[in-house]
Amino acid sequence: MNTTTVPTPQKPWETTNKQRLSTASIIFAAILISFIVIKLTGLDGKLGFLSTLFIVSTLLIFIQQWRLRDKAAAKDSLLSSFALLGMIMTVIPIVSIVYTVVIKGYKGIHFGMFINDMSLNSVNDPIKDGGLLHALVGTIIMVGGALVISFPIGVLTALYLTEIRGKLSRPIKFLVQAMSGVPSIVAGLFILSSLVYPVTKSLSGMMGSFALSILMIPTIARTSEEMLRLIPQELREAGVALGGTQWRTVAGVILPAARSGLVTAIILGMARIIGETAPLLLVSGGGDSLNFNPTSGAMGSLPYYIWKAFLTGGTDEAFARAWGGLLVLLAFIFILFGLARFISGRKGN
Amino acid sequence: MSTPNLVIPPPREITTKPRRSDQIFRGVVTVGGMASLVILGLIALFLSLKGIHILREEKFDFISGSKWEVITDDSGSIAESSFGIGAMLVGTLLCSIIAIAIGVPIAVLGALYLTFYAKGAVKNFLVSLVDLMAAFPSLLYGFWAFFIFMSSAEYWAKLLNKYFGFIPFFEVPAPIFERSPFIAGLVLAIMIIPIVTSISREIFDQTPLDRIQAAYALGASKLAMIRAVVIPFGRGGVIGGAMLGLGRAMGETVAVYTVLNVVYQINWQVLFGAGGNVASLILLKFGEAGPYEVDALMAAGLILFLLTLFVNAVADVLINRFGSKGR
Repeated sequence: MNTTTVPTPQKPWETTNKQRLSTASIIFAAILISFIVIKLTGLDGKLGFLSTLFIVSTLLIFIQQWRLRDKAAAKDSLLSSFALLGMIMTVIPIVSIVYTVVIKGYKGIHFGMFINDMSLNSVNDPIKDGGLLHALVGTIIMVGGALVISFPIGVLTALYLTEIRGKLSRPIKFLVQAMSGVPSIVAGLFILSSLVYPVTKSLSGMMGSFALSILMIPTIARTSEEMLRLIPQELREAGVALGGTQWRTVAGVILPAARSGLVTAIILGMARIIGETAPLLLVSGGGDSLNFNPTSGAMGSLPYYIWKAFLTGGTDEAFARAWGGLLVLLAFIFILFGLARFISGRKGN
Repeated sequence: MSTPNLVIPPPREITTKPRRSDQIFRGVVTVGGMASLVILGLIALFLSLKGIHILREEKFDFISGSKWEVITDDSGSIAESSFGIGAMLVGTLLCSIIAIAIGVPIAVLGALYLTFYAKGAVKNFLVSLVDLMAAFPSLLYGFWAFFIFMSSAEYWAKLLNKYFGFIPFFEVPAPIFERSPFIAGLVLAIMIIPIVTSISREIFDQTPLDRIQAAYALGASKLAMIRAVVIPFGRGGVIGGAMLGLGRAMGETVAVYTVLNVVYQINWQVLFGAGGNVASLILLKFGEAGPYEVDALMAAGLILFLLTLFVNAVADVLINRFGSKGR
């Protein structure tokens, strides 16, 4: 009787223990050599150490690859080292920003800040006095107003690009792209020259909404266009085949199907404009007291509150106040971003 | 018994003309779709309306000149004025070129890492991190840079000056390294990295899989594959992404205003603590500007608007020519 021997399955692509050991020893050697280099040459600081570490470890890996394999593999290892370096250099600032804001900001956070405004306080008063209620209310009103203006326009633009696909699709796509590149200060100047000086002659929250909506429309239009493109063509055909007009198909089938995508577009648009500062400095007036009326009177906002505390203060209290405001702003952005991820991820998976 | 009356319905008219409701729908959507055109047109129109007389008065000096002064006589009316944004245009270019020179290589390397090296959860996490970073407001970058980043950047500037000071670019007339165009350029680089990274990543993702696999099948290493397939395919798109970043960097207001020491003079020495850009000039001068000066600021805004529009147009052409179709 013949017995066939089944060979044990091999997985040559998996890292063996030997490879792991050599990688670990290279890292260890790199750290050791960088310490020695730093001690010998008098380079100092984190930057000196990290750059030495990078150069040494890249060189060691390069040599090892050349020894074990060949020149091509060694060059290949260079690219992977540099790609990793690029990623690390991208990530360092964001980690530093979030860390800084949290560490410096939590001192400026207290319960009273959410129920008081700054009408009776200056930025240099003790932290416990005053608060940012007026700024929160102003930001919510202005962002809400911008949303009311931008959402219909953004969605109509997206519908034009996906449903009508007229001759002008290509130019309009370009114009939306160009609009997203309009500098925020130009948006402010535009509202000043077109509405504030000729028409209302006074700064107000509504003007802030108009300026913000110029920045918000392209974000909403592009995100909803992407979302509408994800709707399968079969749904459109099914809607028309059942006798629906295009209008009924869009209103009854396409938009409901894209609902979560449109909500994502709204959220990303809000995240885009919630921290905008330059246009609000020009057109919203920047008040210090609670104002619920967007049509008249100066209206505060979170970015203005932070801006004012940083620039007009100078004491530790003012800085703590500003960092606290930044922390609140950052928290808003995190929440909006998390929501967008959650909503768009829920359907996909 | 009566025979049932046969009613033959008249044949329905067959037409490709949309119904009334559809006509209204298409009209409304088309009008809405034109909004971006209308808004951009209105921006150009209103800024020109306010600023055109300044441009007409100053003629070419508005772009090349580097004076910004308003002299009022005793009664408060304007006796003499001259506006020129030359110094600020130089500053704008300087800062954004530094930003591009430093930001784009890092961003492209990062995008290569995200596309071809990172896997699974790490990749997802890093992609959302980069997206989140793109949504951070410039205010946040500005103050972080002013309080945290400035000291390290100043140290790097000193190193550059020490070892490369013989190059005229890196000279300084006085040892003031704080708040220089170099540091502002670094901050702008940090701000545009997420934008350029995500565009480059999208372009790299579109590289045809069959070409990648063909390269691997021929025995290419990752480096050889990227050089032979990904770079030729994605070059135009990446350049377009860099242009988009350039547009963003040129229009940046708050971060530059916070970091840079805005001084009204032409300064080519990137490490010296004086400079400016057009957007920060507008913000700086707006507070104390009289109606006449505001018109000049509008004209400056118009120039900035046209400049960014041009850069964005080039970026768009590049991304669409090379991005979606490949070669």
